[in-house]
Amino acid sequence: MLDKNGIAKRIAQEVEDGYYVNLGIGIPTLVANYVRDDISVEFQSENGILGMGPFPIEGEEDADLINAGKQTITALPGASYFDSATSFAMIRGKHVDLTILGAMEVSENGDIANWKIPGKMVKGMGGAMDLVASAENIIVAMMHTNRAGESKLLKRCSLPLTGVGCVKKIVTNLAVLEVTEDGFLLLERAPGVTVEDIKAATEGNLIVKEDILEMNV
Amino acid sequence: MIRKTVTNVTDALAGVQDGMTFMLGGFGLCGIPENAISELVRLGVKDITCISNNAGVDDFGLGLLLHQHQIKKMVSSYVGENDEFERQMLSGELEVELTPQGTLAEKCRAAQAGFPAFFTPAGYGTEVAEGKEVREFDGKMYILEEAFKADFAFVKAWKGDAAGNLIFKGTARNFNPCMCGAATITVAEVEELVPEGELDPNQIHIPGIFVQRIFQGKDYEKRIEQRTVRQK
Repeated sequence: MLDKNGIAKRIAQEVEDGYYVNLGIGIPTLVANYVRDDISVEFQSENGILGMGPFPIEGEEDADLINAGKQTITALPGASYFDSATSFAMIRGKHVDLTILGAMEVSENGDIANWKIPGKMVKGMGGAMDLVASAENIIVAMMHTNRAGESKLLKRCSLPLTGVGCVKKIVTNLAVLEVTEDGFLLLERAPGVTVEDIKAATEGNLIVKEDILEMNV
Repeated sequence: MIRKTVTNVTDALAGVQDGMTFMLGGFGLCGIPENAISELVRLGVKDITCISNNAGVDDFGLGLLLHQHQIKKMVSSYVGENDEFERQMLSGELEVELTPQGTLAEKCRAAQAGFPAFFTPAGYGTEVAEGKEVREFDGKMYILEEAFKADFAFVKAWKGDAAGNLIFKGTARNFNPCMCGAATITVAEVEELVPEGELDPNQIHIPGIFVQRIFQGKDYEKRIEQRTVRQK
């Protein structure tokens, strides 16, 4: 079974040379730590930077330089700043190659819910609805089950939706799955995890073909 | 040159009244119009609608206006990093209209650019789409979103000149340029009001035509919400 860093490490393998990538808050943020250093990638943060770098060295924080999680960051050589409308033009206009974000639930037809739990404090969707509605290449990073042990890969989302039919790939602590017309196609299993474990943790339709290889992380 | 300079924040906010709709730039606490917010608190205007990506924190930014119960409605994409906000929202004192961030930016830009509305895929199939016109283009579904209408836009820039030309710094740019010219009156506060002719016209982010009033801001706190650092 993977931990959060393991999930990030596996997703980093999906990042290709020349990609512009938007990372969501939480596990997705960790992906930046594991991208191969022999490829050229630029990270976009929707509050208005391309070419986002690591956190600043202590004492060099700049209040005018943050990411979408409101954390202090740095800018790498070649970075650029822009306004929010331009930022979402990059996203809506499909100029960003890969979007990695977290989710509370994903359904077998690729619907995603990650912004609202009825009855609990609603903080808002931020940029998530724009991202999922527009991006062609979306990877969801999440734990396979919630804290109560219930599956987060469902036939239908029970929570209010963020977007419909948009998720293509999911990497969890247990598996790598692709969303297909017939449901969740199991691609890989996490180290030490069996296909039976994944079946038991998946409520939606799980498609298992032939031998499922263990992830290389 | 058409001069836009006013001497202080009080003159800059002349005409602000109860019940008005304001746009306020900033993302989190980054690039917020600190001086305009302080003046709104001092003026005590009530029943206002604020269009702003976030709602500040308990003791800074728009949180200051919330504490005085001056805000009737917030239009934002992400809120609730603020206990008072949560309390007022749950008690029904505060109306909240959550809007996807890109849609929020574009509703500002549309107002600035003279578009009454636009189609966006963001929110299709979700509760954001409820009651909105849906249309299909090239096999993909979109919803119709209308431009904002606001009385004042309060923006903060790094540098500006008497003509109202603005230059922003880092990610403090965010929603500020989108809001310039998107309200009846745009008020820009700047960290540095430079003599005319000093800004290179090639480097200007927002031309002065989108700004009605500009003033030299003061006492910027520029608070950091999440201070994250790494070791050397």
